[in-house]
Amino acid sequence: MTNAAPETRSVVVEREIAFPPDRIWRALTQQHLIEEWLMKNDFKPAVDHRFNLRGDWGAVDCKVLAIEPNRTLSYTWDAMGLESVVTWTLTPTGKGTHLRMEQSGFRPGQGQAYSGAKFGWQKFFEKLEEVVAHAD
Amino acid sequence: MPDTRDALFRSLADPTRRAIFERLCRDGEQTVGALTARSGVSQPAVSKHLGVLKQAGLVRDRHEGRQTHYSAQLGALAPLVDWTSQMAGFWQRKFDDLEDLLKRMDQ
Repeated sequence: MTNAAPETRSVVVEREIAFPPDRIWRALTQQHLIEEWLMKNDFKPAVDHRFNLRGDWGAVDCKVLAIEPNRTLSYTWDAMGLESVVTWTLTPTGKGTHLRMEQSGFRPGQGQAYSGAKFGWQKFFEKLEEVVAHAD
Repeated sequence: MPDTRDALFRSLADPTRRAIFERLCRDGEQTVGALTARSGVSQPAVSKHLGVLKQAGLVRDRHEGRQTHYSAQLGALAPLVDWTSQMAGFWQRKFDDLEDLLKRMDQ
């Protein structure tokens, strides 16, 4: 984390889910459902729509970048100095759906944003761990 | 910067010192007296631990009248944080929550 060379970071999480894409799509795009698994929000499935995800520990600023119903959804994810893009991809399989989430665009070389992110994300996760611990 | 990391690890390796740091993270800014009351060690010992934490950049002190208030500096932990693995853990948990929701959802 201390090297200064520009570098795009990326996190990918993939999972086989035993439900069809349209069901997952609803969970990814309907406000009350998003709140149940991710955070409180004012999401709308419209390109350029700006929304927030709100946890007890702070907010994430987002903007919808791309939507292709039941196939792909992408939005910016800016929190405490960190600018990134989250992209969901749904691929139907024989038994359900292959769900892929990629978060990318984090570039340590961007100086100020990176310093902010280092500080911000530490806080973010401290709070997150607390929330997760108390949720059980 | 291995030196910074070494100082961090060293300063957090002591359980009493770590407990003091964790209390500052959890409860916010506090005086030496307040920290001593719950630490189980003497005030000079607490002050010494705070000095080590301060050198590592983990705490900051603020003088107000005769009292010194200490607060945690979470930014100093940054070298220990690997953003990628933290985020992966975050999303793995969110995928679990999403799967739970999918099972509960109406058709």
